[in-house]
Amino acid sequence: MTDRPALALKAKDFKSDQEVRWCPGCGDYAILAAVQSFLPELGRSPEDIVFVSGIGCSSRFPYYLSTYGLHSIHGRAPAIATGLAVTRPDLDVWVVTGDGDALSIGGNHLIHALRRNVNMTILLFNNRIYGLTKGQYSPTSEPGKITKSTPVGSIDRPFNPISLALGAEATFVARTIDSDRAHLIEVLRAAAQHDGTSLVEIYQNCNIFNDGAFNLVKEPGIRDEHVIRLRAGEPIMAGDRKVVRDAHGHLTLATEGVAVIHDPNDLDLAFALSRLSGSELDHTPIGIFRQVVAPTYDAGVRAQVDDLATDADLHALLTGPDPWTVR
Amino acid sequence: MAFTTPKKTVRLNRVIVRFAGDSGDGMQLTGDRFTWESAAHGNDLSTLPDFPAEIRAPQGTMAGVSAFQLHFADHDIVTPGDSPDVLVAMNPAALMASLHLLKPGAEIIVDTDEFTRRNLTKIGLAVSPLDDGTLSNYSVHPVGLTSLTVEALSGFDLGKKDAERAKNMFALGLLSWLYHRDLDATEHFLNEKFARKPEILKANIAALHAGFNYGDTTEDFVVRYEVAAAPMPPGTYRNISGNLALSYGLIAAARRAGIGLFLGSYPITPASDILHELSKYKHFNVTTFQAEDEIAGIGAALGAAYGGSLGVTTTSGPGLALKSETIGLAVATELPLVIVDVQRGGPSTGLPTKTEQADLLQALYGRNGESPVAVIAPNSPADCFDAALEAARIAITYRTPVILLSDGYLANGQEPWAIPDLDQIPAIDPEFATVANGDDGTFLPFLRDADTLARPWAIPGTPGLAHRVGGIEKADKTGNISYDPDNHDLMVRLRQAKIDGIDVPDLEVDDPTGDADLLVIGWGSTYGPITAGVRRVRKSGGKVAQTHLRHLAPMPRNTGEVLKRYRRVLVPEMNLGQLALLLRGKYLVDAVGFNQVRGLPFTAPQMEEVIEQMLQETR
Repeated sequence: MTDRPALALKAKDFKSDQEVRWCPGCGDYAILAAVQSFLPELGRSPEDIVFVSGIGCSSRFPYYLSTYGLHSIHGRAPAIATGLAVTRPDLDVWVVTGDGDALSIGGNHLIHALRRNVNMTILLFNNRIYGLTKGQYSPTSEPGKITKSTPVGSIDRPFNPISLALGAEATFVARTIDSDRAHLIEVLRAAAQHDGTSLVEIYQNCNIFNDGAFNLVKEPGIRDEHVIRLRAGEPIMAGDRKVVRDAHGHLTLATEGVAVIHDPNDLDLAFALSRLSGSELDHTPIGIFRQVVAPTYDAGVRAQVDDLATDADLHALLTGPDPWTVR
Repeated sequence: MAFTTPKKTVRLNRVIVRFAGDSGDGMQLTGDRFTWESAAHGNDLSTLPDFPAEIRAPQGTMAGVSAFQLHFADHDIVTPGDSPDVLVAMNPAALMASLHLLKPGAEIIVDTDEFTRRNLTKIGLAVSPLDDGTLSNYSVHPVGLTSLTVEALSGFDLGKKDAERAKNMFALGLLSWLYHRDLDATEHFLNEKFARKPEILKANIAALHAGFNYGDTTEDFVVRYEVAAAPMPPGTYRNISGNLALSYGLIAAARRAGIGLFLGSYPITPASDILHELSKYKHFNVTTFQAEDEIAGIGAALGAAYGGSLGVTTTSGPGLALKSETIGLAVATELPLVIVDVQRGGPSTGLPTKTEQADLLQALYGRNGESPVAVIAPNSPADCFDAALEAARIAITYRTPVILLSDGYLANGQEPWAIPDLDQIPAIDPEFATVANGDDGTFLPFLRDADTLARPWAIPGTPGLAHRVGGIEKADKTGNISYDPDNHDLMVRLRQAKIDGIDVPDLEVDDPTGDADLLVIGWGSTYGPITAGVRRVRKSGGKVAQTHLRHLAPMPRNTGEVLKRYRRVLVPEMNLGQLALLLRGKYLVDAVGFNQVRGLPFTAPQMEEVIEQMLQETR
């Protein structure tokens, strides 16, 4: 984020001239609209922003923005964005990825980007299914998932993306929901302002292959008893129940007792909160789990280069310590 | 100083020395230092390190032998030599592993202290080869290298182990005496290396001098040798290995292009030294990134290239396989990228520390779809500098990935290098796009330069040129996603035409008599042995023409014409005939391969024999 005065840009200034080609009703539309309406807040021209994506439905995202965009290969966007962010600190670098892209084929790059704390914002669209390849189960699908590739049910345990990111000691970890525009933008704002890698998991509905996967936390009337809204400094509430610590110090839901106060600096609390709900979504915290100030990798790299960068004597380097001259 | 008798000096034109010992005996260091001494002496030289993949293979075994061969001469030489004139063997395994290389009469200096029953048993010998007549055809100098070193260091505050470890410096001192070498440079080197360990430093210098003086005083050595300086064109020279020259070439290229150098790399033998080297030069605006894997290494390099840096990734064969999808993305997005493959024996893990040139077809064709890239290969360690510059020039000028095929022999081998004048290196213009190129003020990211067919390099941050690129097929000019059949056909052909149109110099043929019937053509590191073989054949009256390919894609325009000028074409390669396949397929010539994949470079006698045989068949 720069200090220059906010440009008078609008959401439409961040729309490209390309026709959006997601399936009608896809949650990606809502995320795109939210991002486009948020981007003017950055106060940056479209040319100073880069969206890098991998492969999958979500990874078409850069084509629909008027910023610079690089639609890369499956799973590798964090690696590519790392090279860009390290060499171009003047840019605002974003990564758009999905559950298959980020957590399956690209799992290695994701965890290493998170541990390094490279300055970029990663939007992980989690729809718990492979959409572009037409409906195989994904690494976040609930156990027993019946899909084209698992006709009698999936066997493997899913990843909890928030726990995974916290395990890599990511410095900014949040979860939001495609249909909750206000919350989505609030999280994007904090993520964009964060110095270092921000991981934002966005529950995103795939209405073709996994419709209603997140109904429990989206439907008016039932969502309030399943959603736990995390706000720094405030008691953590789940509907009319509280998140409290039991006799062993573990988090649990109760009507009695003292509600735990949310502290995004507390890694242990963040991890415990991420374990409140697995794929069953019973008690799903949304909001910012962790937000801490920590040195970024790219700043560290540049400091080493900048500290030394001079018009160093290349001829002396090539000559080395032991030259000899033939006359 | 001991009381000395003057000893006779014999003049020689060239000498091949081989140092062989255990992996932990410091043979690479010893050879390296002797190489520097020879370079400082003005000899032309060529080296071959030959070591196992294991860091410390089982002590005293044949598998654990680490050797370093140096060929130095008073004239221009091109190979590390074939049969050593002198073997320094630090133990029985080192002796037996090298013995088959020696010609009768060769001198052997052995550390007799290591010829114990235990060490002999390790290599299955009941009787010492020093005693059973095995060495009767050689001139053997039995020296108690270990015990003499320990004795020389008895006044130092050192344990026996530490004292013994200095025996390589004793051996180096002895060889230095034998060949009239000056010890100053090695002392200077030791001063730097052991600056923080004064006792070890003093011990090493003492051992070095003890070895030198031992040669002077012992009656076992009655002659010293002198190899005069080789005539070389005027200039300032240094000694350089392929990996170092390559690193310097990349730095020079970025400097001449006026952009930053970014290396994304994952450690792999024998390419890691380029990562080590470049990581030292941050003050030359060099950023190095040790990635989590090979794919991330090239991914980050591509990201940096997208942002306007000279993006480079370095690897060896297995790593190139992992990088192929990203190379394809660089082909599709038409971004500059340099991929260095320091080839080693394959397939799979293969022979990590041994040389081979079997990645040619992988480099050219090892990707999905029609995915053309430029491919170039250096022909000697020092030539890696020029090859790196050329790779960067092509990558930046044509907005394309370039694969540079070095190999283990070039990477670790050393030779003298005439230090170039940086101002003489042509500038490389990145020509970043700054203004819209469309008629109506729009930006067309795939509108091509009429000459080079290169697309604009419009880096993020440039106002008005924001655009989207990716791996999906793009429409000509606009770069928008396109599934149109005719457009795909057009784009496939345009990408190929761009590579085919790269400006590369014509092949030059060395055909001194002008009427040879046989042409020998090679690529990469075989240049040295082929040249040496050709020289031998010509010396004995044979007529043979020679040429060498630096550019494998595109090949020089006159390649077909050159090939068709000769009745026979011989293609020696350290693979099963990959270049020969290309030449036969592209130019319809009956190219005959000579192929060997032993993890070692060809030798001059081998090349001589093959060429002679071919000449006889041609007659």
